[in-house]
Amino acid sequence: MEKKTRILIAKVGLDGHDRGAKVVAAALRDAGMEVIYTGLHQTAEQVVEAAIQEDVDVLGISILSGAHMTIFPKVLKLLKEKGADHIILCGGGVIPRDDMEKLEKMGVKKLFGPGTPTTEIVEWIKKVVKERGEK
Amino acid sequence: MEDFKKAKEAWEKKFAQCKQRDFKFNTISGEPLKPLYTPDDVKDFDYMRDLGFPGEYPFTRGVYTNMYRGKLWTMRQFAGFGTPEDTNKRYKFLLKHGQTGLSVAFDFPTLYGRDSDDPFSHGEVGKCGVAVDTLRDMEIIFDGIPLDKISTSMTINPPTAMLLAMYIVVGEKQGVPQEILRGTVQNDMLKEFEAQKTWIYPPGPSLKLVIDVVEYCTKHVPKWNTISISGYHIREAGSTAVQELAFTLANGFTYVEEAMKRGLDVDDFAPRYSFFFNAHLDFFEEIAKYRAARRIWAKVMREKYGAKNPRSWLMRFHTQTAGCSLTAQQPENNIVRTAFEALAAVLGGTQSLHTNSMDETYALPTEKAVRIALRTQQIIAYEIGVANVIDPLGGSYYIEALTNKMEEKAYEYFKKIEELGGVIPAIEKGFIQQEIARSAYEYQKAIERKEKILVGVNEFIEEGEVPEIEILKIPPEVEKHQIERLKQIRKERNNAKVKEKLRDLREAARNGENLMPRIIECVREYATLGEMCNTLKEEYGEYKEMPMF
Repeated sequence: MEKKTRILIAKVGLDGHDRGAKVVAAALRDAGMEVIYTGLHQTAEQVVEAAIQEDVDVLGISILSGAHMTIFPKVLKLLKEKGADHIILCGGGVIPRDDMEKLEKMGVKKLFGPGTPTTEIVEWIKKVVKERGEK
Repeated sequence: MEDFKKAKEAWEKKFAQCKQRDFKFNTISGEPLKPLYTPDDVKDFDYMRDLGFPGEYPFTRGVYTNMYRGKLWTMRQFAGFGTPEDTNKRYKFLLKHGQTGLSVAFDFPTLYGRDSDDPFSHGEVGKCGVAVDTLRDMEIIFDGIPLDKISTSMTINPPTAMLLAMYIVVGEKQGVPQEILRGTVQNDMLKEFEAQKTWIYPPGPSLKLVIDVVEYCTKHVPKWNTISISGYHIREAGSTAVQELAFTLANGFTYVEEAMKRGLDVDDFAPRYSFFFNAHLDFFEEIAKYRAARRIWAKVMREKYGAKNPRSWLMRFHTQTAGCSLTAQQPENNIVRTAFEALAAVLGGTQSLHTNSMDETYALPTEKAVRIALRTQQIIAYEIGVANVIDPLGGSYYIEALTNKMEEKAYEYFKKIEELGGVIPAIEKGFIQQEIARSAYEYQKAIERKEKILVGVNEFIEEGEVPEIEILKIPPEVEKHQIERLKQIRKERNNAKVKEKLRDLREAARNGENLMPRIIECVREYATLGEMCNTLKEEYGEYKEMPMF
């Protein structure tokens, strides 16, 4: 049997907007993935630790507070330091386009904006996990 | 009557043979709708019992006798960002452009009672609102704005007591006694646990602090609205209109019961409870929601809690258009969505209104976008004639039937919550949170199946669209600047005095006293928000949620 894709959905920082994170978590679960949700108010350190402990393929972070330019680079740095940069980092939320571009250049694999269908996220994750497996 | 019956049957037959679009004719909350409403849908209708007159029990048609004939709703745009200086400038701009009340948005660290130099605050200072660490920041925000001439709404929850104390002391320094201060604090912790998820302490102590503010203001700041019982965030978190209505009112009843347990007379505090609702896209459903809310509140306040003062029965509310209905795609369309939502709020009899700006799915709004949002309200108020007649949709078969239906469904939820032991147990069991999350997911699925159409999102898409939207960016220097000021204050103030006052606060918390007087004393000495909140953490502990989806 094929190994199920494991994904950690995380909320980092003080931002309490969890509607999107929960909807995406439910959609990924219904698409047959194993989903772990951290709950609110995690630190970057806690999230990276959880991603490693849970041995996930993908880490998805939801940010709607405007703190994305602080949080994503920090998570990237921690993943690298802990030798866990095989974990695919993606995210979503209220993030202006030019910030998205900057973050994607830094190494965030993909950022999804408001209005993205969950099906698009599911397809994208299936694709990148498969691509990584082929390498 | 025979004629009516015959004609109706004939029409129904004809209608059944007509072509019908392939579409689910539901409200946005998923309530199935008939194609036509007739007197049959309001059979037991009793004008005096169900509607009454504006300003009269049960207030279905509005809380004031003259409604917008007397005074238009307050146009209150929520604002606050960056440094206290930036916010002060924006307020002066809004007042100059005809806004009649101020509304303060705080940044995340402030909302959680943390100082700007707390490690958790890094990256969030001044982002979603203005940063307040000490009384000094509040003095700057209201510099040159006379507190006796304006009303101020502060969107603050866990540290309400601390921010209100700062406002009171700013007033004191301007020579304005607390007895004449006018404004509102949100101070609604129940909906935080249910929907907005801003908390510090567990539900019990959180509720105690809410009621401390109620008690203090009832005795000393009589014109202050002590709780803004909020459905807005419940809806933004994904609830249906009925859930927004039911959970908000259930929270409201809990605040009534808690204040009564404190020994307060219901008629002394209930007139100062106000409400805050969402205005979502389904035009008629929203109007019915406001009308049902007023009627339920009036009935329960009079019949269950024995309130005798008519001011305790009437539900005054603020409305904000639905942030969650705005789309990142073709953002200019959001101006139109917001206008329709605002219209529903006005036809539903709101007392004040915030209209969202078209660019808010990207960032905080620019000045231009905010001006358009305010102008939208002015067009509704002055150009299109809807403020001329009170409750103009009252008596519509559809509106009355929908109002009744929403009331009935709300009572079903009240029953479920009661069976769970009340709102706090329902929160602790995750019932309310799960109900909201389930609705949010259903809504998203309906959009993806195209059972609901969102223009520009799942239909009428512009391929390769790059929205031309100017983005308001908060410079990172704001954080640095704010931390510098905080350090400066910590150096300049009388630190021995601060310590002493914080010790008194802890002592009062241990003794179960009302903490407001102690907090005011801390504020006067420039104790920081974080110092005050952390002192109480030692006594109350911190809340941790159970993650569920």
